[in-house]
Amino acid sequence: MAVCIAVIAKENYPLYIRSIPAEHELKFHYTVHTSLDVVDEKVSAMGKALVDQRELYLGLLYPTEDYKVYGYVTNSKVKFVMVVDSSNTALRDNEIRSMFRKLHNSYTDVMCNPFYNPGDRIHSRAFDNMVTSMMVQGC
Amino acid sequence: MEQGPAAAVGTAGAVGAAANAGAPAAVGAAAAGALSSGASAGYCPVPLPLSDSEQQCYSELFARCCCSSASATSSSSSSSSSSSSSSSSGHPQPPPEVGRGAPLPGPAATAGANQVGELFRASQLPAETLHQITELCGAKRVGYFGLTQFYVALKLIAAAQSGLPVRVESIKCELPLPRFMALKNDSEIRYSNPVEFHGMKCQIPYVTMEKNSFKRVDDGEKQDTMSPTMSPISSPPSSPSNYQRVPLTYGYGKLRSGMDQIHAAPYEARQLALQQEGPTSGSHGPKPTRRQTSLIRSLSVEREPQESNSNYPDDPWRITEEQREYYINQFKSLQPDLSSFISGSLAKNFFTKSKLTIPELSYIWELSDVDCDGALTLPEFCAAFHLIVARKNGYPLPESLPQTLQPDYLQSAFLKPKRDCALFDSYSESMSVNQQPRDLNRIETSLKEKVDLTAPAQDVNIDDKPALKISSMDEAMPKDVSVDTAAKPGLLPPPPALPPRPFVSQVLHHNTSNDSVSQPKPPGQLPSYSDFRLLEQTDQVSEIELHPQLTRTPSQTEESGSPVKKDLPPSKPIRRKLRPENQIMENQEPPSSVSGPSTVPIVKPHAPVQKQSSKQKKAIQTAIRKNKEANAVLARLNSELQQQLKEVHQERIALENQLEQLRPVTVL
Repeated sequence: MAVCIAVIAKENYPLYIRSIPAEHELKFHYTVHTSLDVVDEKVSAMGKALVDQRELYLGLLYPTEDYKVYGYVTNSKVKFVMVVDSSNTALRDNEIRSMFRKLHNSYTDVMCNPFYNPGDRIHSRAFDNMVTSMMVQGC
Repeated sequence: MEQGPAAAVGTAGAVGAAANAGAPAAVGAAAAGALSSGASAGYCPVPLPLSDSEQQCYSELFARCCCSSASATSSSSSSSSSSSSSSSSGHPQPPPEVGRGAPLPGPAATAGANQVGELFRASQLPAETLHQITELCGAKRVGYFGLTQFYVALKLIAAAQSGLPVRVESIKCELPLPRFMALKNDSEIRYSNPVEFHGMKCQIPYVTMEKNSFKRVDDGEKQDTMSPTMSPISSPPSSPSNYQRVPLTYGYGKLRSGMDQIHAAPYEARQLALQQEGPTSGSHGPKPTRRQTSLIRSLSVEREPQESNSNYPDDPWRITEEQREYYINQFKSLQPDLSSFISGSLAKNFFTKSKLTIPELSYIWELSDVDCDGALTLPEFCAAFHLIVARKNGYPLPESLPQTLQPDYLQSAFLKPKRDCALFDSYSESMSVNQQPRDLNRIETSLKEKVDLTAPAQDVNIDDKPALKISSMDEAMPKDVSVDTAAKPGLLPPPPALPPRPFVSQVLHHNTSNDSVSQPKPPGQLPSYSDFRLLEQTDQVSEIELHPQLTRTPSQTEESGSPVKKDLPPSKPIRRKLRPENQIMENQEPPSSVSGPSTVPIVKPHAPVQKQSSKQKKAIQTAIRKNKEANAVLARLNSELQQQLKEVHQERIALENQLEQLRPVTVL
């Protein structure tokens, strides 16, 4: 079950960040922040390859004792970072991928809204609902 | 002590019954009287205050549970019911009561344990809670569910569903009605507020029921008699037995709420589409009450097709005919082709003029752009517009798009006006912007029988007729505004034709008159071009703001009110035209009200030009130039007014400071 989901803009500031157990919010924010380095590393590690060849799903960024961090980058360099509870071993890679796909779809829906200025914080209720469903169910 | 609550119940019942005439009232009064005369069959440890709605609800539920057992005795049906009937057979069940299917049997009647058990299970409370409830209400003590036990139990269920502890004290307060899941299927019913609505609806079936129940008694064959009675009443094609199965709760729940009309229509449709139960399963169910429900449902279903074409006055999410016409016109002004999209940026500019906050607009967009493509089709546009209008009128935005605003729903509803719009389209192609109003005007006069208010809505002052209509509309409108939101649709129709170009001088002229009419403002202020500013400063009803934004004509009528009537007929169409042309130009300042008399001569010279394309172009070019001039003037005025505003603010601050300084001196 995802405990924290974050959408990071191209300039590495958060567009949307939400974590489930409220008391560890700061910890997750910090985790997401540090994971950005790993994201950049992975992206650059793919070399000067064209964006098409680069896969959007970055996979496991790094595991810690309590949780795992997964990353996903869109073509516009918007990053999705998901922190998942380690105890939830039932979550397979495919499920993580599908969760990111859903995130990406919801994100594009948000972008389609002409009243949304890219770079603003995301306040869309539909996006919120989708994230909530992911965090509660875990998939 | 028994008398106290019973008296309260009795009065409540009497009040509810007083709303209806005739036999139903007698029934209610009899029941109330019976109650007050001592429903000693049960033991209620505390006084039981019941509201009207609760009284009705509980009595129906009791009747259902009761009559089921009663009918079970009269019919030789399933053994389960016979067991329940045997328990209640000891109590008198007067045949006339069963015969009339009275929902309020005598006080000595008891509810069949089976039915009660089913009902309680349908409330979706855990089993132990139900046990607790049955204990508390005293049924276990006396061994059966009498009237009072049943009522207490229902109250406790309501308390439990509201999250209150299952205690006797909980039921003393006013509670929402208990919710019972469909006994036969899974949709949930909500019992909501209004009493009189419910009271009325429930009484209607009572009256009709009497006739039917006599037949039923004669035949003894319930389903057969039901079908002939049902089919003439009900219009939908579903088989009569469909009605049989609906539990009491459905029909009542749906009828209860006036505001639930939104849900009522799709709900009833769903009802009809559901699989029907075999008669056997329902055989031990409450026959008279089932008939009652089916009658109710048939009545409501019968209502539904009729109402689908008419307007629900109290449903804020349903688009009326006039509103739809208005929205379609707005769509046309943005995008002449009705079957294509309005792009996101265009829609954004347009909706921003409504002066709602960006987050709210963003949310409205989210609701209305169902396919999330960043563009609005006609139904999506109408839904968005309608939501904006509703929001401006103070309605909170819904969590999800109401069914009546769904694109597919609106799409089907648009088939009729599409016909008219096709005519519009054919005309609009070859026309310049200037000519459109006149053509639309003509189209409208020809389509008058089909379309209600478009004629007055739409257009130009060339003909007296539309002008007169407009003026009459305008005069009607200010009165409408003061009426509450239900009349809001009335405001929208005087829509905006495409007005001819505004003249700066006219604008000035109009605004001076405006100024004299408008409410107290800082004295030194020049007449403001922007109606919006006026409205803001003078704290007029915010409802009006939308109109200046999007219509301008109603707002103009609003603020100018009654006095400046003569300006209204010409100004209304003028505004409209101003907007589409200036849409791009006037992003900074919402164009102000434009007055009219001089625009009329502008329009008229255009009339003869109509047929010649070269002159058309010249006309367009002059129009553009004039628009630009007007725009420049308005922008200048805007800055001047802003300046004045600042100065006035500063003065005010200075004065307040002085006041502050002086005040302590006087106090001392």
